[in-house]
Amino acid sequence: MSDQKYTFKDFKSDQENRWCPGCGDTAILMAVQKAMAEMDHNKEDYAVISGIGCSSRFPYYMNTYGFHGIHGRAGALASGVKTANPKLSVWQITGDGDALAIGGNHFIHEIRRNINLNLVLFNNQIYGLTKGQYSPTSLFGQVTKSSPYGTVEQPFHPGELVIGAQGKFFARSIDNKVKETTSILIEADKHTGTSVVEVLQNCVIFNDGAYNAITSKETRDDNQIWLEHGKPMLFGKDKEKGLIVDGMKLRVVHLSDRISVENILVHDAHETDPSLHLALINMSVTNGFPVAFGIIRQVEAPAYDELVEQQIANVQAKSKIKNMDDVLNSGSTWVIE
Amino acid sequence: MAKKIIEVDEVVVKFAGDSGDGMQLTGTQFSNTSALIGDDVSTFPDYPAEIRAPQGTVGGVSGFQLHFGKIIDNPGDYCDVLVAMNPAALKANIRWVKDGGTIIIDTDSFTEKNFKKAGCLEDRLKDIYEDYNVIQAPVTSLTKESLVSTGLDNRSMARSKNMFTLGMVYCIFDRPLNHTEKFFDTKFAKKPEIADANKKALRAGFNYAVTIHAMPSFRVHPSDTIEKGRYRNMNGNTAVAWGLLAAAEKANLPFFLGSYPITPATEILVEIAKRKDVGAKSFQAEDEIAGIVTSIGASFVGNLAATSTSGPGLALKSEAIGLAVITELPLVIVNVQRGGPSTGLPTKTEQSDLFQALYGRNGESPVPVIAASTPSNCFNYAFEAAKIALEHMTPVLLLTDGFLANGTEPWKIPAMADMPEIKHKIKPAGDDEYLPYKRDPETLAREWGIPGTKGYEHRIGGLEKMDITGNVSYVPENHEVMTKYRDEKVQRLENVYPELEIEGNEDSDLLVIGWGSTYGHLTTAVRELNNEGYKVAHSHFNYINPLPKNTIDVLKKFKKHLVCEINLGQFAGYLEMNHPDFEYVKYDKMQGLPFTVKELKEKIKQLLENK
Ligand SMILES: Cc1ncc(C[n+]2csc(CCOP(=O)(O)OP(=O)(O)O)c2C)c(N)n1
Ligand code: SF4
Repeated sequence: MSDQKYTFKDFKSDQENRWCPGCGDTAILMAVQKAMAEMDHNKEDYAVISGIGCSSRFPYYMNTYGFHGIHGRAGALASGVKTANPKLSVWQITGDGDALAIGGNHFIHEIRRNINLNLVLFNNQIYGLTKGQYSPTSLFGQVTKSSPYGTVEQPFHPGELVIGAQGKFFARSIDNKVKETTSILIEADKHTGTSVVEVLQNCVIFNDGAYNAITSKETRDDNQIWLEHGKPMLFGKDKEKGLIVDGMKLRVVHLSDRISVENILVHDAHETDPSLHLALINMSVTNGFPVAFGIIRQVEAPAYDELVEQQIANVQAKSKIKNMDDVLNSGSTWVIE
Repeated sequence: MAKKIIEVDEVVVKFAGDSGDGMQLTGTQFSNTSALIGDDVSTFPDYPAEIRAPQGTVGGVSGFQLHFGKIIDNPGDYCDVLVAMNPAALKANIRWVKDGGTIIIDTDSFTEKNFKKAGCLEDRLKDIYEDYNVIQAPVTSLTKESLVSTGLDNRSMARSKNMFTLGMVYCIFDRPLNHTEKFFDTKFAKKPEIADANKKALRAGFNYAVTIHAMPSFRVHPSDTIEKGRYRNMNGNTAVAWGLLAAAEKANLPFFLGSYPITPATEILVEIAKRKDVGAKSFQAEDEIAGIVTSIGASFVGNLAATSTSGPGLALKSEAIGLAVITELPLVIVNVQRGGPSTGLPTKTEQSDLFQALYGRNGESPVPVIAASTPSNCFNYAFEAAKIALEHMTPVLLLTDGFLANGTEPWKIPAMADMPEIKHKIKPAGDDEYLPYKRDPETLAREWGIPGTKGYEHRIGGLEKMDITGNVSYVPENHEVMTKYRDEKVQRLENVYPELEIEGNEDSDLLVIGWGSTYGHLTTAVRELNNEGYKVAHSHFNYINPLPKNTIDVLKKFKKHLVCEINLGQFAGYLEMNHPDFEYVKYDKMQGLPFTVKELKEKIKQLLENK
């Protein structure tokens, strides 16, 4: 626990930021630095771990312990760090290509194991560092350098994969909402287990405006819904719209004489059954829904690294073997005289 | 009629049967008992890749060979006694029986049906009867007969037939039964009826052998060179696991293994997973890449970290090994070689990953490579690999292979107090400054600043680092400086590696050269030839990258150099590259099997004779 007070400046490194001007990564960096200043850890206990990509340059800009790994392997690297030293506050920074293409295997398995780390997924729906090829989250039909006639691949929805991998914490934010992102990150830190925070991130160079429908002044109120545990799911400029369940499906309704706030779904992030969380995760503008933001799912479960520590403690409490001399002499041995 | 007793210095016995016949257990019991009464022993299990290969077929034969006696360095070429539980076992092993050797067969399973399954003809047995001393024993029915009083069902009774044959072989070599009896009492403490049945079958086999006259009787001279002390049987995989753990204890660091199961390396993971008692962490990763990368993560935070695998897995780890090279983190990569390429011969041995270990990475990516040479010295070389990694801040590649991994030998248990000290490079807290890439002027190792230490916050990673500060650097000259540092750091290990030794007769024209697991066969071949009046020397490499400092001096002493290895001449090629002034004659074998002493001697003689 922290014995010092910090400001976000304490987390800035002396390295020059090499992201393109206007890149969403810079805003996310700010949010992380602000969040860390408020969390209850000493600065030397943070380990910021990444793979390869524009977003993965992140550790260099943090004045913490950091490890810039190899493409796709941020999840494995962070898993090793946390399992080996559970006292550290581990932050995995990864892009949509890093986490979901080359690193897809590690992504699902770290979540399945529920390793107590925080995974910030910068989703720009494109490969930035390699200059604009489509990624596993690029939209169907998206024209990119490597899909000049449009992709013929269906995109992953990261949240859906998280649920599929039995994820316990999933939140979504967007790069320009620094305040909201900051508070989500603080909650992610408090959560025990793998906390996945997807941040929609604008790549000004290769996929500019990918999230315009969600972020533009004209449409943002209708196309964003910020969920809060225990609060009704309302959105719109004057919170005049809400979500209800109709049969097995979600539906958007307008508040009126016949539909009051009482009829609107109340967000329960702690519900263990993931069905509704999945439906919320999959809402999209093209389906006529607002996109869900905030902490969508947060369910308590034991974390892998804690279980490992416990198991070791249990075995050690019972075992007669205390050191390597004991091991070497264990089992069947004989003496030659 | 008093039996003739054959006096010998060494004997080879092989137990062969279906995978389900319990041959591995039978062999292990025999070798443990022999070691216990003071024999030197070496074993080599040989089993199919399939867990339950079709019964009765040659592909399904599981064998356990052991060699015991006075001075034993390998599991032996040809057997004095073969136990064949069915026709397939006989067919697969007949060529490994010495002329005139004894073969015990279970006639109950030598049925027409089983001959068909084995794809051989009953007629051929007739020839075998003439060339060998074949003991035809109705083992299955005799076992059942001896167990009628137990009330067990037919199948359970038949299951003890391996013990019946073990009893017979114990009789041939005049071994005591009590060690195996004790084993069953402990193993089946909760099922005394099973323990009892096995003990009964064992005794029945022994008694049966006493009464049949066709059985030979051996007196094997026990070893007179074995040092006093406490011993245990050791196989290469357990030895690697314990060697790594011993290093962690000696260095006073937590231990972490990230690994993915693969034959024949899996048992290293399995052994580490057991060792929660000494605090070891094992991480069964989702693939080999995650295996090594989790270990690199653990190394970053100050653990002694290792990853274990076999050939195809090493291929997957290449990129990450490069990451450990550039981040200059300590890490032990154990590669238990097997037959390749691709899936190749998963359960068979080979030394063909040498080039992969030396060169299988992108960029200039030097890694120290060392190789164990006996099942039990896997412990020492694993310890040594960890010591080098920790003291020199580098990944180290340790090569073993299927032959070492599964082979066993008696091992004098070392005391931890006698193991060398290990001084890791963790920078203690309290300094004002930490420069991640500042180096020790002697070893060129950097200091290890680990997360959790106040004031040493820094970033490392796969991008080229600036000398001293460790900041990302694209400066052209810096890349050259750093590349040379990484190379030089590894090259300087020749200052700490022990010198290459010469065994046999130094006053010879011919130097036989080997590396890794061929040691036992080579040393035996060379010793026997010298005893027979030939003059021949042998040098064996455990340290491969860099080569020992005195390599050239050793090579210079001899006119001819014969390099023997289980691949197509990779080490010979490597020597040629490093020491091009000599001509290297290659002797290679690619059958998934170790050399035989016989073929080595023939080859060496051939070179000695046509000078
Ligand atoms: C093994 C390997 N394959 C490919 C690459 C090339 N590469 C680097 S980053 C990248 C994709 C980056 O996309 P993303 O992870 O979404 O991150 P972004 O740059 O968009 O932040 C690729 C393909 C690499 N560095 N290593
Ligand atoms: S290419 Fe895109 S993602 Fe990469 S730094 Fe530039 S704007 Fe950001």
